[in-house]
Amino acid sequence: MQGITGKEGSFHAEQCLEYGTNIVAGVTPFKGGQKFMERVPIFDTVKEAVEATGADCSLIFVPPAFAADSVMEAADAGVKLIVCISEGIPTLDMIKAKLYIDKRNVRMIGPNCPGVISPGKAKVGIMPGFIHKEGKVGVVSRSGTLTYEAVAQLTDRGLGQSTCVGIGGDPIIGTNFIDVLKIFRDDPQTEAVVMIGEIGGTAEETAAAYVKDSKYPKPVVSFIAGRTAPPGRRMGHAGAIIAGGKGTAAEKMVALREAGITVVESPAEIGETVKNILG
Amino acid sequence: MKIHEYQAKEILKENGVPVPKGGVAFSPEEARAIAKELGSTVVVKAQIHAGGRGKGGGVKLAKNDEEAYELAKKIFGMMLVTHQTGPEGKEVKRLLVEQGMNIKKELYLGIVIDRANGCPVIMASEAGGMEIEEVAAKTPEKILKAFIDPAVGLAAFQAMQLALGLKQDKEVTRKIADFITKLYNVFIKYDCSLAEINPLLITGDGEVLALDAKINFDDNALFRHKPLMELRDYDEEEQLEIEASKHDLNYIKLDGTIGCMVNGAGLAMATMDIIKLAGGEPANFLDVGGGASEERVAAAFEILMADKNVKAVLINIFGGIVRCDRVARGIISALEKVKVAIPVVVRLAGTNAGEAGALLENSGMNFVVAESLKDAAEKVVKQISNR
Repeated sequence: MQGITGKEGSFHAEQCLEYGTNIVAGVTPFKGGQKFMERVPIFDTVKEAVEATGADCSLIFVPPAFAADSVMEAADAGVKLIVCISEGIPTLDMIKAKLYIDKRNVRMIGPNCPGVISPGKAKVGIMPGFIHKEGKVGVVSRSGTLTYEAVAQLTDRGLGQSTCVGIGGDPIIGTNFIDVLKIFRDDPQTEAVVMIGEIGGTAEETAAAYVKDSKYPKPVVSFIAGRTAPPGRRMGHAGAIIAGGKGTAAEKMVALREAGITVVESPAEIGETVKNILG
Repeated sequence: MKIHEYQAKEILKENGVPVPKGGVAFSPEEARAIAKELGSTVVVKAQIHAGGRGKGGGVKLAKNDEEAYELAKKIFGMMLVTHQTGPEGKEVKRLLVEQGMNIKKELYLGIVIDRANGCPVIMASEAGGMEIEEVAAKTPEKILKAFIDPAVGLAAFQAMQLALGLKQDKEVTRKIADFITKLYNVFIKYDCSLAEINPLLITGDGEVLALDAKINFDDNALFRHKPLMELRDYDEEEQLEIEASKHDLNYIKLDGTIGCMVNGAGLAMATMDIIKLAGGEPANFLDVGGGASEERVAAAFEILMADKNVKAVLINIFGGIVRCDRVARGIISALEKVKVAIPVVVRLAGTNAGEAGALLENSGMNFVVAESLKDAAEKVVKQISNR
């Protein structure tokens, strides 16, 4: 975990440990040799941490000005999965970091995301673990608390989740809807997918085309946030903006429906709709 | 962050991108002085952060400095209405006075980030002067694109290919390629999210200039461009939004009557959506952040109450890591500080939600406690229709 000694980092490291995630190392420059909570060794660099512990995933809580650099450092050290929570990273920095990691065959989730959780197994992120339940619904979303809302609706109805992936609210992200849909397709534990999108960009339309063209074998339920969002304004997330009349919720909903995806009008109907489909 | 045309042109000029001669005026007298110095036909252009200024009557041609003065007197203080300002329009407080140009051909040039490909994309078109979205919708084949490899930057052949595609004579083509290269350098140097020259002008003498210029900066990168922060024009922003940004609150004012306070941007949008589905109109987007601390809740209430259209408030907090009982205590003490005379519907979900509901109901304050997202939206809409 990079940035383990920071305010956010230390809080969430503790939460992840409590959930049962096997955190083997922390990284904070000039703090190498110390220990986090008297159990997790801290290293100056990711390279040292990986060499000493064999860590294969890095969770990043580094301030936005340095976060893209941390992503590249993790990729260089040889981890296979990077989960970047940091919000507010300059777009041009992330473009370079993405190029760097793409050449090294590393998967990045985020940035500006809640992370990944496989309920009952491990949590690599900031989501509240207790609202989740082990089960058969895969969840993929550009949002944070809206995802928790959807997860809670599922859990309340007795529907557990296989894995929940927050792909992030930034314009440049490491893993998109299609990447996660493919993983859910091949995951025997996943029987249905909840996909939560929002205004801005065309990621939902591209995902809809993938679902249609690949004759996606599992049911997909989708909600798109931002039907009431005004054009030209950034709705909190750097990527949530209707630009030049493009990226509206209405367009996305049409594309998803045409692909055979069940699109719910209200964010309150996500759990119930999945329940009806799975029977 | 958006800036004015004249500010964008100053940046372009500093970086060797050709722009017409001119200057900014804050009064009709200043406009006259600039026109006199230019000593030619001038164009007087209203400076507001919105497109369509010409059609709205904010761009006028003047034969001499006296005419420029008379026109400036009319334009200063006018409420300029364009398709981007809304019906109330935007007051003009600054004018750009520029030498009149001899227009032979108007082209389009723009640079943005292509989200799907994760790189900058340069777009050029012969159809200048029109909105590029319109060109893209009607005649997409008229837009030439070059995707830039971020590791390499703009390659010379890419600039030349775009320039050749615009079908001008040899000298002009060379100048366009040079213009594209310099504009790209500006885009990267200042962490822009948009650099648009529309129209890119070819004069009768074969000069290539930026007749208009629009530059937006990546807000996330402003920390490393401190001088650019001075270009921010607070007159162009909603007062309440400026106030909210001081408290690190993400707030966007809308026209409805139901004030919303939510933690998280996605849930905040979804809350606006469900209010609309329940038959109400959201008054704002407001993300109080994951923690929803007492100070932030109090600041958020002050901002919601300052919007006179707000007739009821809906608080929707999903307490994950933060416990709902703490959020409830925060809401109660915030309401002891901020006077709120309208109904407040509260929906708290997640950790200790039951305890939080009891705290609110026993507070002696007039909360309406809602169970679910749907329940909350219906209750807040009902509060309004009851009044």
